[in-house]
Amino acid sequence: MIPAAFDYKRASSAAEAISLVSQYGSDAKFLAGGHSLLPLMKLRLAQPAMLIDIGRVKDLSYIKDAGKHIAIGALTRHMDVETSKVLHEHAPLLSHAAGHVGDAQVRHRGTIGGSIAHADPASDLPATTLALGATYVVQGPKGQREIAAANFYKGFLESDLAADEMLVEIRVPKMQGAGWGFQKFNRRAQDWAIVGVAAWRRKNEAGVALVNMGSTPILATSVADALAKGASVGDAAALASNEADPQSDLNASTEYRKHLASVLVRRALEDASK
Amino acid sequence: MTITENKTTNVIGTRLLRREDPPLLTGEAKFTDDLNIPGALHLAVLRSPYAHAKIKSINVSAALKIAGVIAVYTGKDLQTTWAAPLPCAWPVTKDMKNPAHYPLAIDKVNYVGDGVAAVLATNETASRDALDAIDVDYEPLQAVVDLEDALSDKNIIHNDLGTNKSYTWPLLVEDTPGCVEEAFKKAKYKVKERYVQQRLIPMAMEPRAIAAVPQPFGGDITLYSATQIPHILKVMTALTLGIPEHQVRVIAPSVGGGFGSKLNVYAEELLCMALARKHNTPVRWVEERSENAQATIQGRGQIQHIELAADENGKITAIRVRIIGDMGAYLQLVTPGVPLLGAFLYGGVYDIPKAYDFSCTSVFTNLTPTDAYRGAGRPEATFAIESAIEALAREMKIDSFELRKRNYIKKEQYPYTAFSGLVYDSGDHLTAAEKAAKLTDLAGVRKQQKKQNVPGATKLLGVGMTSYFEMCGLAPSRVLASLNYSAGGWETATVRVLPTNKVQVITGSSPHGQGHETSWSMIAAEKLGVAPEDVDVLHSDTAISALGLDTYGSRSLPVGGVAIAMACDRVIEKAKTIAAHQLECAAEDLQFVGGTFSVKGSPDRALPLAAIAFGAFTAHNLPEGCEPNLEAQVSYDPPNFSWPFGTHMCVVEVDAETGAVEILKYIAVDDCGIQINPLIVEGQVHGGVVQGIAQALFEEAVYDGDGNLKTSTLAEYLVPAACDVPPITTAHTTTPSPTNQLGVKGIGEAGTIGAAPTVINAIIDALSGLGVKSMAMPASPQTVWKTIQAARGGKK
Repeated sequence: MIPAAFDYKRASSAAEAISLVSQYGSDAKFLAGGHSLLPLMKLRLAQPAMLIDIGRVKDLSYIKDAGKHIAIGALTRHMDVETSKVLHEHAPLLSHAAGHVGDAQVRHRGTIGGSIAHADPASDLPATTLALGATYVVQGPKGQREIAAANFYKGFLESDLAADEMLVEIRVPKMQGAGWGFQKFNRRAQDWAIVGVAAWRRKNEAGVALVNMGSTPILATSVADALAKGASVGDAAALASNEADPQSDLNASTEYRKHLASVLVRRALEDASK
Repeated sequence: MTITENKTTNVIGTRLLRREDPPLLTGEAKFTDDLNIPGALHLAVLRSPYAHAKIKSINVSAALKIAGVIAVYTGKDLQTTWAAPLPCAWPVTKDMKNPAHYPLAIDKVNYVGDGVAAVLATNETASRDALDAIDVDYEPLQAVVDLEDALSDKNIIHNDLGTNKSYTWPLLVEDTPGCVEEAFKKAKYKVKERYVQQRLIPMAMEPRAIAAVPQPFGGDITLYSATQIPHILKVMTALTLGIPEHQVRVIAPSVGGGFGSKLNVYAEELLCMALARKHNTPVRWVEERSENAQATIQGRGQIQHIELAADENGKITAIRVRIIGDMGAYLQLVTPGVPLLGAFLYGGVYDIPKAYDFSCTSVFTNLTPTDAYRGAGRPEATFAIESAIEALAREMKIDSFELRKRNYIKKEQYPYTAFSGLVYDSGDHLTAAEKAAKLTDLAGVRKQQKKQNVPGATKLLGVGMTSYFEMCGLAPSRVLASLNYSAGGWETATVRVLPTNKVQVITGSSPHGQGHETSWSMIAAEKLGVAPEDVDVLHSDTAISALGLDTYGSRSLPVGGVAIAMACDRVIEKAKTIAAHQLECAAEDLQFVGGTFSVKGSPDRALPLAAIAFGAFTAHNLPEGCEPNLEAQVSYDPPNFSWPFGTHMCVVEVDAETGAVEILKYIAVDDCGIQINPLIVEGQVHGGVVQGIAQALFEEAVYDGDGNLKTSTLAEYLVPAACDVPPITTAHTTTPSPTNQLGVKGIGEAGTIGAAPTVINAIIDALSGLGVKSMAMPASPQTVWKTIQAARGGKK
């Protein structure tokens, strides 16, 4: 539990953080809540030479109603996402999902931006924002750009973020009264999902994304398409794994994961249809 | 007379808050890692990444160049340091095979985690960096992971032994020769079951931690260790290092849990001591969490075959048990004895004739050594009989509670001489079971189950039960002798009343989280008529408590606590002679109530203990031949084990679609005799039940075919957290132990013993309509789902 030696700089603004990361290049890692990076460092699976602590960049912690969408600063803690009145009203699926991240301690430290930038397919918020059709705003030396969640996740722990870019904002479209369901299947409450499902439904429109069903969060487009064409929830849910490519691990074989996905998608859609 | 008259005569049985908690909760308690030891060097141990490999060469030159690294030692470098290998104190048979086991492997590694080299550095980071810089050339060998594979001797782990078999230990009890076989021939009903007790990682909250501090001049050394057994450790380290025993002092500071995993003599303790002596400077080591998963002993690890024969009424007429025990790569302190601790309990709480055929064969594997883990042998035994009796009930198509009732040893049969010759001192199984059934609302649950578990239902209700016996209060020394254990089972206590009437209790037991200080202070307070807060309890330092046998096997109350009560009696006896002398009466005319001696019939002629304590200190007016001071020491060897018992029940709901199991309620009715502090008893039951549930649903040390541990962090090794624990209802019956003056039995292991079979039985009950008859542990959702699929014949 003793990480390799590293240097540490604290940034007080996004611009300073980006200037630091430009300076140190791929040897540097951003440190936000630390709940993904620090365990990897303690196990010496990650050995960054430089940590750039963005945990105190205060102007990146906010939840704002921006008209058509809700804008969430990347350093907003899970607990703030979970308890936000704005989100309860306009994106209840996201605040509900944030309440299922880790345990209470994790939710008070971990950040939505850290979770998304880490791009762990087993995390709840990448898939949830993907289901909701979110847009991520990233900032680099040349300014900001927007990336649709559907184009962001490139592989296991890999995203479209360049080494000198930083995720600064998550824009979540308002759900406009859509029904929703969230299913997280795990063995202990604090664990990552063995399989998770975030789903919303408004008439024939639907968004369904899967947690831990491949090397990235998975958008279950076949399910949404089938619903659009009028398929029953049960029939649509049977297509849950069409886009997925789940791994086998200690908790679940590929076959069992696929089975769980269809059960959980059905349950999530049933909740969304209530 | 303004002192504590009558104030504290009813201390026993009260829910006194634990005196241990304020320092623990405020972080002021000092654990080994909290000790500030100037100049201490940090030890780090390089561990084998292979389960089985030859060490061809070790190059430490790069490690030695790292700033702060003082020295690196290999097994060969230290070969001549050891006077003896690491000890195994339980040679269960004369021909037991026991491979030499040194703190660092010399030319071959035998499990992932086996120590290969030791680094000393001035700081932790350098010691850790140095591990990465040591270059070891291994020649990997075929790993032996599976127990039945090991038994085949296809690949031998310890070549010099010529076999992977360590020993076979039989216990055949027959009224007449051949009566077991005959009973099985005649039986109307028979069951034959196989159970696997998966390996468990004890995972104490505090990993192991050690500091060895050489004392100025003369070669004395003090060992601080997060251990359950400072006294045994003192003897064993002295022998293993060849140091005169009186030069070794062992101190266990605050210790954060053990569950048996700190009931051992470990390589790192010897390395710290040896290197501290070599460098004449303190050496410390703190185990990392993943290291703890690999290099600290694991528990369980058995394959059990159990057969029951029963007559037409379901009365059990014979039991046959065959065990394969997984010793791991080496024998640690009591590794081979663990199955023996269960050997007598495969008859459970039932009236079994002398037709009992038990045998255990234990084998070496290329895995972390196993040893005692909460319950040690007894949870395994209880699981087997309590699962097998369910199988028998299914075979007979009768209710399993009814079958248990037909077989329970009856209250009026106590004291009951069991088939094994052991005397079960007391018990009332039916009362405890009926109480559990009432609290569970068994009838109501059965009714609801009929309604709910209809064909096609997703959520299936099940109820499970276990009636257990525990054999604890380890242990009568003569019984240990008959089992070939190398030590006794007594405990010491010293009770000293100081001149100001404050009391010191010194015990040879060594608590590590249980709340013993509170319980023991209550015993002394009750006996001596003082307030519990006026009783100081000293322990876990061999310079203060010179003799003792430490804490394990639910012994600290029925052995350690009883010794304290006896020492109090002796103090009172002495005080009485002084009181009689000063009151000018005969000792037999005195009564001692609420801390005061008074002449029977003339209560105004009285002397409080405080006055006698001060009088014993000044020694101005003592009877002829009476020594000054008020203290007594006792070494108590218990005449029998203690025999707690009880019945646990739980109600589960199984999601037949996903395999998820939810425990809706859990009822524990335990009888540990007289409860000194019911609050502490409940805490012990809660913790034990959670650990048993953990075995049933969550925990398993999973190894791949090459002997790599796949669950070496707390992300994979699923210790349940607070929100994963169901509501637990605790209740009790009280059947005092007749073999000790306090009537106490011990409660540390009971919950663990009851919980695993209770939960598994409930799951099987829920799924019985689908044809499920057995369930592997842990019953993870995937395992449950696959079992359902198999029972349905693969049909979805």
